[in-house]
Amino acid sequence: MTLEVEELSYAFGERRALDRVSFTVPECRFCALLGPNGAGKSTLFNLLTRLFTTREGRIRIAGHDLSQTPRAALARIGVVFQQQTLDLDLTVSQNLRYYAALHGLAGREGELRIAAALDRLAIADRAQDRVRELNGGHRRRTEIARALVHRPPVLLLDEPTVGLDAAARAAITDHVHALCADSGLTVLWATHLTDEVAPTDQVVILHQGRVRADGEAGEIAPGGRLRAQFLALTADAA
Amino acid sequence: MRHWLVALWAIVGREALRFLHQRGRFFAALVRPLVWLLVFAAGFRAALGLSITPPYQTYITYEVYIVPGLCGMILLFNGMQSSLSLVYDREMGSMRLLLTAPLPRWWLLFCKLLAGTVISILQCYAFLAVAAIYGIVMPWYGYLAVLPALMVAGLMLGALGLALSSLVKQLENFAGVMNFVIFPAFFLSSALYPLWKMAESSVLLHNICAVNPFTHGVELIRFALYGKLNPAALGWTALAGLAFWALGVWGYDPRRGMIRRKG
Repeated sequence: MTLEVEELSYAFGERRALDRVSFTVPECRFCALLGPNGAGKSTLFNLLTRLFTTREGRIRIAGHDLSQTPRAALARIGVVFQQQTLDLDLTVSQNLRYYAALHGLAGREGELRIAAALDRLAIADRAQDRVRELNGGHRRRTEIARALVHRPPVLLLDEPTVGLDAAARAAITDHVHALCADSGLTVLWATHLTDEVAPTDQVVILHQGRVRADGEAGEIAPGGRLRAQFLALTADAA
Repeated sequence: MRHWLVALWAIVGREALRFLHQRGRFFAALVRPLVWLLVFAAGFRAALGLSITPPYQTYITYEVYIVPGLCGMILLFNGMQSSLSLVYDREMGSMRLLLTAPLPRWWLLFCKLLAGTVISILQCYAFLAVAAIYGIVMPWYGYLAVLPALMVAGLMLGALGLALSSLVKQLENFAGVMNFVIFPAFFLSSALYPLWKMAESSVLLHNICAVNPFTHGVELIRFALYGKLNPAALGWTALAGLAFWALGVWGYDPRRGMIRRKG
């Protein structure tokens, strides 16, 4: 298993944001973490990236326990945060170079990896453009390319299509699905939009800090009725 | 170890690139002390007489006296400004990117601190150059000796900013912190007036000035500009820096839940 979350709990004071959350994502799998606003998705991402830590539960990334060997585990994930984290005044290449260096990649090796990552996301022609000049879709692609520079086996994306128009949203979703199929990447994709999920994707439905369903989308909601099933499982959200 | 240095170089380089793109910030940082030097000090020259105290070996004008304090002012404002940018980075997410790098968190924070200090030092040298053109020239070796002093004082003030940024939850609260930190730190110090002058007015105020870490930072710079070491000032500055640093690292400890926001 590439990503294992076991009995994970987290509380903000009295309020339990996550309550004994467990699921595993096998290698080369696209897993959609579906949940309405306030379900605990961002808290889970903060725990997966070690911005928060908890004593309740365990996270293993590519076989490395995040609390015991945090650096080895963090080296094996690429993260795309919900908020944009690019330097707008720097070029696409400069942004990627900075990130590569944070992962110990520099010089020729770093440049080769950056070129490959940009190529993979089909934005190599924008490498010298300032991020400020890019549209929302290309900025997101840049962030995904950046997250893949150090070739991590696991890619975490926290609502990566927020703020994008329908075409850009579909393009990014298709692209990451293709990356998962072609490059053996394990993807955890947090969203509240069921149309971003393919029938063969794994789906974990999170609601009020608990896992309400875990399985293949086609099995959880046969006949492509994922949206209805999602709404039914999270009915008391509103 | 190579990984650590590559990351350090990248973080300092990024800060330098951002600084180059924000020329307004550079001029603002330079104009502030220059206004004090060229306007305030000129006005006060006649009102304030300064006797000979170390490290000065002769009578000096008020402009000469406040130059080290104004270097301290640059470091203080930049320290606070970089902490403001830490709060901003945290809100905007780029701090998340930094802190998820596979390196010890204390090292990542130190890189960030050092990057801010390097930028501050460049501004101090730009200010000293303008002061020299204006006629306030230090001994040549003073310009070399002041480099480590600026580094120590800059790191101390940057660490103060780091500690504050870890405690301030939101950007909006920051203006208040600036008022409660920058102005007391600057005015209750030896930057604008020697401590013995302050003692003539109020012993209590003198005592507050004497324990203010910023006073020691300024005195460290003042002595270094004349090629002298003030061991007490160095000791207190370093001690305060370590205390602020420890507070900052504690503040950013993931067990405390940095960016503690409801998910």
